[in-house]
Amino acid sequence: MSSIEEKNISKPENDSGISDSNKGISRRDIVKGLATVPVLGAFAYGFYRKRKHDRQIKNSILGDLKLSDSEPYTEDKGSEGRRIRLGLIGFGIRGPQIAGAIGFLHPESVEEMKLASKASRTDKRYQEFMEQEDLNIEVTAVCDIFTVYAAKARETGANINRQGTDLMPDKLPVIYDNYLDLINADDVDAVIIASPDHWHAPMAIEAAKAGKHIYCEKPLSWSVEETYALREAVRESGVVFQLGHQNRQTDAYMKARETIDNDVLGDVNLIEVTTNRNSPNGAWVYPIHPEANPDTIDWKQFIGQAPDHEFSLERFFRWRCWWDYSTGLSGDLLTHEYDAMNQIFGFGIPDSAVSSGGIYHFKDGRTVPDVLHTVFEFDKQELTMMYSATLANGRSRGKLIMGTDATMELSNSMTIYADIDSERYREKIEAGIIDPELPILSFVPGKKSVDAVTSATEQYFAGRGLLYTYRGGKRINTTHLHIKEWLNVIRNGGNTSCNIDRGFEEAITAHMGTISYREGRRVRWDRENKKII
Amino acid sequence: MFNSKTFSYSRSQLILLVILRVVIGWHFLYEGIAKLVNPDWCSVGFLLDSGGVLSQFFISLASNPEILSIVDFLNVWGLITIGLGLILGFLTRISIPAGILLLAFYFLSHPPMAGLSYSVPSEGSYLWVNKNLIELFALAVLFYFPTSGIIGLDRFFTKTK
Repeated sequence: MSSIEEKNISKPENDSGISDSNKGISRRDIVKGLATVPVLGAFAYGFYRKRKHDRQIKNSILGDLKLSDSEPYTEDKGSEGRRIRLGLIGFGIRGPQIAGAIGFLHPESVEEMKLASKASRTDKRYQEFMEQEDLNIEVTAVCDIFTVYAAKARETGANINRQGTDLMPDKLPVIYDNYLDLINADDVDAVIIASPDHWHAPMAIEAAKAGKHIYCEKPLSWSVEETYALREAVRESGVVFQLGHQNRQTDAYMKARETIDNDVLGDVNLIEVTTNRNSPNGAWVYPIHPEANPDTIDWKQFIGQAPDHEFSLERFFRWRCWWDYSTGLSGDLLTHEYDAMNQIFGFGIPDSAVSSGGIYHFKDGRTVPDVLHTVFEFDKQELTMMYSATLANGRSRGKLIMGTDATMELSNSMTIYADIDSERYREKIEAGIIDPELPILSFVPGKKSVDAVTSATEQYFAGRGLLYTYRGGKRINTTHLHIKEWLNVIRNGGNTSCNIDRGFEEAITAHMGTISYREGRRVRWDRENKKII
Repeated sequence: MFNSKTFSYSRSQLILLVILRVVIGWHFLYEGIAKLVNPDWCSVGFLLDSGGVLSQFFISLASNPEILSIVDFLNVWGLITIGLGLILGFLTRISIPAGILLLAFYFLSHPPMAGLSYSVPSEGSYLWVNKNLIELFALAVLFYFPTSGIIGLDRFFTKTK
């Protein structure tokens, strides 16, 4: 464009401006002043069309799937009623975690959190702990066979007002050197068992016999025989039992169950669950306490029903590495994955199990494998559950539930992708309503509803657990909810979500995997005689 | 000093500058309204995902629910009013700098520097310069080449000599 042209064109503008101002607002002013207003009309129309289209897709998918877009139903009862007096057995790693989840932390830990929250405004642990609901409980008794842990348990149990090191307790819980004395104490209504695996069932059986309610860490048992004995003891005594699979409280799993009940995935034929960890801590190589020695540890009591062995600090602190006290990957980590799937499918004990693996990385004298795969067959449901684990690689593989029409990805969130060859969704895929590359449904805890067709950003956040809202939906520890459920059943009756029957299924399944690995054979569940063969 | 009527643009220059102003306005308006109508939208994820030297500042905004709700409100309504201002050519002396400020926040919270990665998916790969920065400078150009006094509501409020 030439400069002459430009001047010619711009000239009238200036001319008109001058003449307009003399006459006030001219027709020309109105036309030019409002020239872009129609853009808003176009915007409004485009926006309306897009919203209508999005809503149609959402309704069409949700309607087809007969899914509600509501939150899963969870009952929120208060903790009114009688105060429950607890005895804590085992205060190594998991014990203090459980205590923290129900409002009891060691004064030094409270102090540390307080300082951390002052140092960094983003550190919300102290605030969250102080705001945690009061479960109307007290700790009257503690037991740990390492004196340092026992003292720590007592100071933690005394900290009922969640104070720092300025704590002046009115009443200290009693330390028992032997779990039997704790169980039989008159001021203990219920026990929380967080001992090594080989002690879970013997302790729980005694507690049941004494009529004490039981919250027991997973796995339910160390040997097959005691699994039956414990189920019997709990059934006979009628005590309230809860196994420590806190996944039962995870919203996404509840929603997953509803979704699968509505046949969104088609025929589910394969489930893939995994464990990946890559650190000494993740491989159970825990630190050894400097004050630990034969004088501060009751070694004889530690051994219990396990084969006799000379005093060993490695074995005491890293007991998960030996079959003598542990159930290995099967009992420790497969059980979490299995119970989550049993929560969703309710399929109970599998018909068979085949395992393989080995000790490939941690050559530290351990007897349990650090790489393990177990394949379970469920004949009636016509599906396979494959568990695959390594303790020497940290890639997150998640949980996948695969059906003929769609695949579900589960973590804290739930996401469903339509299968490209799905019969059920074929029309919608062909019509472009469903894109198999994008999730057709997602559920993110903290959000109120299930979303059809979500944005890529949300998926990223969901996967990284960043979508917990800091507004309405407060972030709550699932262990807290799991124990709260147990306490409410003790007070008001009802059923716990991971009761002794679910626990029995969990233990038998894990044992089948372990036996298959150790004996190098396919292991079956004899449904008629209710026996592992 | 930046009275549009003192500028003399060719027709093509004027049309293109107005189009640039309107499309940037559209972008702002849609981003604002899309957030407004989504009941689950919250800036917390974006803020927590911040990187670079100012990340602590942005993360601290997310950690306080009261501040967060103010940030959300200012962001949504800021986007909408800036968008309307640009499209309608209304108070662009204010809406353009406000838009530049908002874009600077987005850019500085997620600077595309080597060694920083984000959960927020980006549509391409960027080194230092990303779309936020380009849009920011486009607004800066619009500030110095004003058009709202010629095409836009500002025409009614601009005194000419």
